[in-house]
Amino acid sequence: MRIEYFQLIDRIVDLDLAGGTIRAEATVPTTSTIFEGHFPGYPLMPGVLLVETMAQTSGWLVVAANRFERMPFLAAVKDAKLRSFVTPGQVLAVSAHLLHEGSGYAMTEASIALDGKTVCDAMLTFRVLAFPNAEMAEQMRATAARIALPLGAPADG
Amino acid sequence: MSSTFDTIANIIAETCDIPRESITPESHAINDLGIDSLDFLDIAFAIDKAFGIKLPLEQWTQEVNDGKATTDQYFVLKNLSTRIDELVAAKGA
Repeated sequence: MRIEYFQLIDRIVDLDLAGGTIRAEATVPTTSTIFEGHFPGYPLMPGVLLVETMAQTSGWLVVAANRFERMPFLAAVKDAKLRSFVTPGQVLAVSAHLLHEGSGYAMTEASIALDGKTVCDAMLTFRVLAFPNAEMAEQMRATAARIALPLGAPADG
Repeated sequence: MSSTFDTIANIIAETCDIPRESITPESHAINDLGIDSLDFLDIAFAIDKAFGIKLPLEQWTQEVNDGKATTDQYFVLKNLSTRIDELVAAKGA
């Protein structure tokens, strides 16, 4: 997890396009300036970053589903529940399910588990738009390669 | 037509917390009911699910932006009902 760069996913563990699901792994860093403020003497992974972690995992699912033709941008977060504290060094199991791929938008359900126990979950809405420029599309592909998103996966997963 | 309208009116009432009795076939989703584009995604999601279709929102938006259509054609609810009926019929064809 490159937390200061908002690159929160370390590795895609599984991608099933036919089933509309993805699983990813993300390890919370042991040190970060974020933990100096949140909170002094009691470092906790901020809840908004857990939501962002779920959003990024969902985003990789959406971008894989449309073959990198379009980019999902987070638009709404519903029913977000932060059920347990997450602390530095913990390894997060992130999963998402594509609820619906509409015209210009997508909806997912996502969750994060620690040792098999759900620590947060939410329903997320994305606007799915053309990449604003070629550089962003290229950077997304480079990041996808770094986190082992299976770009060559066939349409049926 | 009436059942399609009733279904989308109920969806709008529930999704946007708008009194059901204030939603009529003549209501314009944006101009009269004040539904913004983000809230309309929730409505589209519910309509897509309810009717097993995919509202072509991007195409409609493009047509409006290009001056080839007015928002009335897609967002006045009686017209939206007709569009949905057409999409349902096309799906079954």
